[in-house]
Amino acid sequence: MSGDGSVLELDEVSVDYGRVRVLDGVSLMIRPGEVVGVVGESGSGKTTLARTVLRAVAPAEGRVSVAGRDVTRVLGAALRAWRRSGAVQYVFQDPLRSLDPSVAVADSIVEGLRIARVPAADAARRRAAALDAVGLDEDLISRLPSGLSGGQRQRAAIARALVVEPRLLVLDEPVSALDAASRDRVVQALIALRDQRGSDLAMLVISHDIGSLAAMSDRLVVLNRGRIVEDGPTRQVVAHPEHPYTRRLIDSVPLIHTPSANRP
Amino acid sequence: MSDVRISTAPRASSTVLSEALPPSFDESSLVRPAVASAENLVIAASDGTELVHGVSVAVRPGEAVGIVGESGSGKTLTCRALLGILPAGLSVTGGAVRIGDQDLTRASEKTWRRLRGTHVAAVFQDPASYLHPAIPVGRQLEETLRITAGVPRRQTRGRARELLDDLGIRRVDLVLRQRVAELSGGMLQRVLIAMALAADPAVLIADEATTALDVTVQAELLELLKRLRVERDLALILVSHDLAVVSQVCERVQVFRDGKVVEAGATSRVLRAPGHPYTRELLSAHAAYGLERYLA
Repeated sequence: MSGDGSVLELDEVSVDYGRVRVLDGVSLMIRPGEVVGVVGESGSGKTTLARTVLRAVAPAEGRVSVAGRDVTRVLGAALRAWRRSGAVQYVFQDPLRSLDPSVAVADSIVEGLRIARVPAADAARRRAAALDAVGLDEDLISRLPSGLSGGQRQRAAIARALVVEPRLLVLDEPVSALDAASRDRVVQALIALRDQRGSDLAMLVISHDIGSLAAMSDRLVVLNRGRIVEDGPTRQVVAHPEHPYTRRLIDSVPLIHTPSANRP
Repeated sequence: MSDVRISTAPRASSTVLSEALPPSFDESSLVRPAVASAENLVIAASDGTELVHGVSVAVRPGEAVGIVGESGSGKTLTCRALLGILPAGLSVTGGAVRIGDQDLTRASEKTWRRLRGTHVAAVFQDPASYLHPAIPVGRQLEETLRITAGVPRRQTRGRARELLDDLGIRRVDLVLRQRVAELSGGMLQRVLIAMALAADPAVLIADEATTALDVTVQAELLELLKRLRVERDLALILVSHDLAVVSQVCERVQVFRDGKVVEAGATSRVLRAPGHPYTRELLSAHAAYGLERYLA
């Protein structure tokens, strides 16, 4: 049974691809409004973790609960209905996975609301609030996605996820494909979102980039070879890593002032 | 023209060299001539559009120079000019390119072929695309040793082993037998570095060579480049969009933007007292999103 106090709970979740165990006994709880960063390198299982929360893969063992509902074995029509309910929304590395290239951004953003038969005036109000939350200029959304920069597109994709008023936003490498300036704008938008929405919106941000995760996350979870090796407040994990892998990871991040070789 | 060799160095860096030497700076390198340089280099397309507007870069033996900039800043075009491999339709229309004491500004492809690998070599972002997928990487390395370095056929296997061993690869014989798909990105980049160093060039250009790798693998490769530079007295040009990566390895840094060098100097000075607003922007992005603020 998952407590009422969590928007996401993974309980000893393992996922196999054929004979290979890619997630191994992963337990993770996210409370309302919490922003949790999951950092992992190639082969860590971070993509599988995102797919598990999306229920795009079925766990071999363990339990997945979203907003108090056990969705581990939900299938078919029930799974589609659960996805449509919009409690969890996804933002991918490539915003074009959620923005139709042939449709004006304004229409893509409210597509989910239109399907759910939300009245147009209500949809427009929610869209304006979402655009404001991600700092995207209303003048831009009459354009096709190709008329926006990479960073603007990603902020549009986040707005599209927000209009559904999810309790949990899952972001998979949201800034990895962006250049430095666009990346900073998207990270700023996510920090602002965290501060505005408080306990209404939790975020699970999955990335290989511990720097941008540390900038926006309350908690950092370190994934290595399919296992969680560390989970704690961001400051503590970065400044006082306990697991040898976390230490190696943090020591590897190039800092601007101290050459890594000189660090203890 | 003064008779001192340092006069061939770009203006900006020679003034900085005299004003702010890092503590570990080897003074002897001041009098050693540059092994590769671009002087007021201009690169333009055939329709006359200028893409690089007079940049200067010089590197001496055992020295590491960092080039920082985003895509479109001209950093890669400058490196390609130093390798004689500008993309079709682009050419050097001003300034000079020198490798050692040779002026190669108007050199033929034949001349460049003689110098690539033996004097100047490079590694890039995507190592897999420079290797044949179906041929074991060992055979490809042996081929490079035979053709570029002139190693006799009977000795190539032994030399390939030595080279990979020197690059810190543990199971050398296994790696030599493997193909691209069986090797990690970090391992492939080590194989490419081995190929680049096969004919013992004076200059190695690493253009975003660690960008696509995991951060722990990137750290290992940066350490490797530092070691190679010292052990082989290699001149290193390290190109990255990330100022922090460059600051790990290079004692001098040049910041490129829109085909120009907007900042050049000792890395320690540039980090401490950046002169150009763009450099300050790069530094403040790091201050906001880097791990520095937790580790201070």
